Amino acid sequence: MHTKKLSEMIADLRTKKISSVELTIHYLNRIEKCDKKYNSFITVSHQEALESAQKADKLLSQNNADIHLLTGIPMAQKDIFCTMGIKTTCGSKMLDNFISPYDATVVEKCNQAGMVMLGKTNMDEFAMGASNETSFYGPVKNPWDITCVPGGSSGGSAAALAARLCPLATGTDTGGSIRQPAAMCGLTGLKPTYGRISRYGMIAFASSLDQAGPMGYSAEDLALFLNVIAGFDEKDSTSIDTPVPDYTQDLNNNLEGLKIGLPKEYFAESLDTEIGKLLQDAIKIYEKLGATVHEISLPNSGLAIPVYYTVAPAECSSNLSRYDGIRFGHRAENPRNLLDLYERSRGEGFGAEVKRRILTGTYVLSAGYYDAYYLKAQRIRHLIRDDFMKAFEKVDVILGPTAPGTAFPLGAKAADPVSMYLADIYTCAINLAGLPGISVPVGLKQHLPIGMQLIGNYFREAQLLNIAHRYQQQTDWHLRIPEGI
Amino acid sequence: MSVTAQDIDRTARLAKLRIDEGEIPAYVRNLNNLLKLVDDMSRVNTDNIDPMSHPMEGQTQRFRQDKITEENQREIFQIIAPQVTEGLYIVPKVIE
Repeated sequence: MHTKKLSEMIADLRTKKISSVELTIHYLNRIEKCDKKYNSFITVSHQEALESAQKADKLLSQNNADIHLLTGIPMAQKDIFCTMGIKTTCGSKMLDNFISPYDATVVEKCNQAGMVMLGKTNMDEFAMGASNETSFYGPVKNPWDITCVPGGSSGGSAAALAARLCPLATGTDTGGSIRQPAAMCGLTGLKPTYGRISRYGMIAFASSLDQAGPMGYSAEDLALFLNVIAGFDEKDSTSIDTPVPDYTQDLNNNLEGLKIGLPKEYFAESLDTEIGKLLQDAIKIYEKLGATVHEISLPNSGLAIPVYYTVAPAECSSNLSRYDGIRFGHRAENPRNLLDLYERSRGEGFGAEVKRRILTGTYVLSAGYYDAYYLKAQRIRHLIRDDFMKAFEKVDVILGPTAPGTAFPLGAKAADPVSMYLADIYTCAINLAGLPGISVPVGLKQHLPIGMQLIGNYFREAQLLNIAHRYQQQTDWHLRIPEGI
Repeated sequence: MSVTAQDIDRTARLAKLRIDEGEIPAYVRNLNNLLKLVDDMSRVNTDNIDPMSHPMEGQTQRFRQDKITEENQREIFQIIAPQVTEGLYIVPKVIE
């Protein structure tokens, strides 16, 4: 059942071949049986899932054409989204005791569409990481090779999908945290335009970069899911008020005349040879479909990492100042005074990577350093964005690798945290510019998946999904399942 | 620009973060490694470039009418508080 396509599951539910309760129990049993190997879930919400499934079955029995296509379909929420009455930890000891009193808008929308939440997935602590090794709840293992990381920070969602423990999952992406784990786990993952999806109830890491997004097996599935979660939200002051199209409508559009840009900086000598070859194979398929390929340049792309690792920690140091042990979350025992309460609650509640980033952020924002670091980074951010705008005058979409390599072994980058930061080399510029980007499975290197990244102009998610879908009609990388699943 | 143990100590105080003495050398090393990466930024001329905090041009903070739209939900929100008495969050004495 779990190896069926989403469209088949939807059809089975509609034709009553299976009920949502049966489908939900099937997945809950799989999680129970298999997840010890992957550690992809932090919380499994058995009771709530069965209640939702029962509600969904009632709706489906009405045979009402208006019922959302995803009614009754099980899914998982990254544990960064507040879920009312259910633990929301953000992968951190700081929130180990946090039962959210409200639902994030993303969660509300999924519930309103009748989707069935199986549980909350594991993640790098406070979304800071590229390997899902910083979680308070232990590292997540990649179902393609359990000695390897699944990528991060949405590693739990990625691993759960790859292991077929759920057919759809949410992720969030600040520097690559949807696209990179999607690439490392053979999945399709989309980071939409900044402001496309509400951040209300999505625990903040870097407010000008964070964006929620759908993760699944194909562009087709993501289009259905994006229809549910996209949209303006009054409660998010950075939400952009622009209409939500039907993302499934343009999936099959012809690619004749599509101009694809290849940044020469992404295809430099340093690109892994096999990744380069797989990307060239993908380019040939696009040329067969009628697209033309053009070399472009993103001259400031080499500065994306320095800019990102100045801006993101700065914003994180501000956002994480709310964790003070007063209103919620971890509180140190027997505080000597208020200062001790703050310092020890935060010292005990946060892990090492989070502390590193708070310290970095506080440092670059502090007097004497603000201009040289933070303000400088914001100016270069402008240049990086302008590079993309210039490129989009020449081409419709930009193509390149998602990550510099395949999933690496657990612990491989523990000795030097900064080496982990380089995992974001192809993804973080897209967050800085606020553009939409999708990662699509494009092959395997040895037994590990590789992803291709497509970057679009603002609010061109429908076009990105179309371009990805047409590729997926010609290839089957996105249908590959890890051995033993 | 090189970061020292005193810098980490001062920064940790600003961030209200308790760092064990034994951990400070590792934080010094890591922050210095990061700053080496970040120092590349100084190579670029950014005179006459405006800083950008929102990715899209022309976006400003949205305002709303100054009308009450939310209800007081103190009881619900305080269920999860570490220490509450009569609707007040309790902390160690601050006033001497």
